[in-house]
Amino acid sequence: MAHLGPGKAASSKEQAGLRYPSNGKTIYHRPLNRTKTAELSQSSFAYLFSEMVSYAQRRVTGIQELEKRLNLQGHPIGLKLLDLLLTREPPRSQTRPLTIIALLHFIKINLWTHLFGRQADRLEKSSNPDTPDEYMIVDNEPLVNAYISVPREMSQLNCAAFVAGIIEGVCDGAMFPARVTAHSVGGKEEGEMWPGKTVFLVKFQPEVLEREALIGKG
Amino acid sequence: MSYYFAIIGTQDNPLFEYDFGTSKQGGDGQPRFSEQARHLNQFVLHSSLDIVEEVQWTNGQLNLKVIDKFFTNYISCFMTGGNVKFLLLHQPTATAGGANTTRNSTSVGANPTSPQTEEAIKNFFTEVYDNYVKAIMSPFYKVNMEVRSPVFRQRVAAAGRKYL
Repeated sequence: MAHLGPGKAASSKEQAGLRYPSNGKTIYHRPLNRTKTAELSQSSFAYLFSEMVSYAQRRVTGIQELEKRLNLQGHPIGLKLLDLLLTREPPRSQTRPLTIIALLHFIKINLWTHLFGRQADRLEKSSNPDTPDEYMIVDNEPLVNAYISVPREMSQLNCAAFVAGIIEGVCDGAMFPARVTAHSVGGKEEGEMWPGKTVFLVKFQPEVLEREALIGKG
Repeated sequence: MSYYFAIIGTQDNPLFEYDFGTSKQGGDGQPRFSEQARHLNQFVLHSSLDIVEEVQWTNGQLNLKVIDKFFTNYISCFMTGGNVKFLLLHQPTATAGGANTTRNSTSVGANPTSPQTEEAIKNFFTEVYDNYVKAIMSPFYKVNMEVRSPVFRQRVAAAGRKYL
């Protein structure tokens, strides 16, 4: 493959053993900014995603493990999107998220708009006093689940675990280590407004809250 | 002025380093570090990481500007969203005699804390950041991997020539 992999060069100055694409264009020659209308076909994404799910499903013993694998597939995407979306911000509002709220807003607005063309539906903080480290991002109908029907015996499964992985990548990258899981909360009754409603539960590590308290004081 | 630029990963691991000299005011773009200073530079940059960690939570800007000084070495820092640090050590050339200091006081080469220098360094960082984001966009790039692409190195060198 004529791909310019960063790890392929034998030494940093030597160009031997390194192959350029035939047109001489590398990833560095491509622009970072896309026009707003550059959208991808949803059907091709759905096809790719169904393959990703069945790939993750191989040799797994349980639903938890399957969700873990989907999560891992999304994680690097989140890490990269964090920097990409920051560079696309206008220079004045180009700031790193320093607080949990700023980070979650970045996810709800920038990340969601980039991935799904709209904002996430709601942002909530856990009302349970025992878990102040838990926040929830609510999506009424996740795009990734649009063509997925979960079999009855696997009703625990929510394939939006992939999106949860992306969120986790963004949080980890911004130095807010967290565990993110996807849960279906839509009711099963007839006439339910949002049967596919999904909650992304973001559980931050204790050190994040500790730091948050320190920053608040200073 | 001589410059030493390094990209430091999230685990304080070096990902990329490059040293160069000023190309402004007839500079030839060659660094003027002594053999000893070359080794020292790495330590100086590494020690300023402690200060970066203090500053990064009080200032949400990407460009943290000059954060540290070690004798005549000034260290500027740029923090990416993914917590990767760009550090630039700049060392003004020792002026031989005080004769032309007034003329040089505003030039990028002579005064490391002037607004002009700050602006030049900001532009340099912004350009490197663009290229760094392109580097991490490669699906084969994982976080904290060394950046070895010769194209990236050329781009950093070009940014250095253009602004510093």
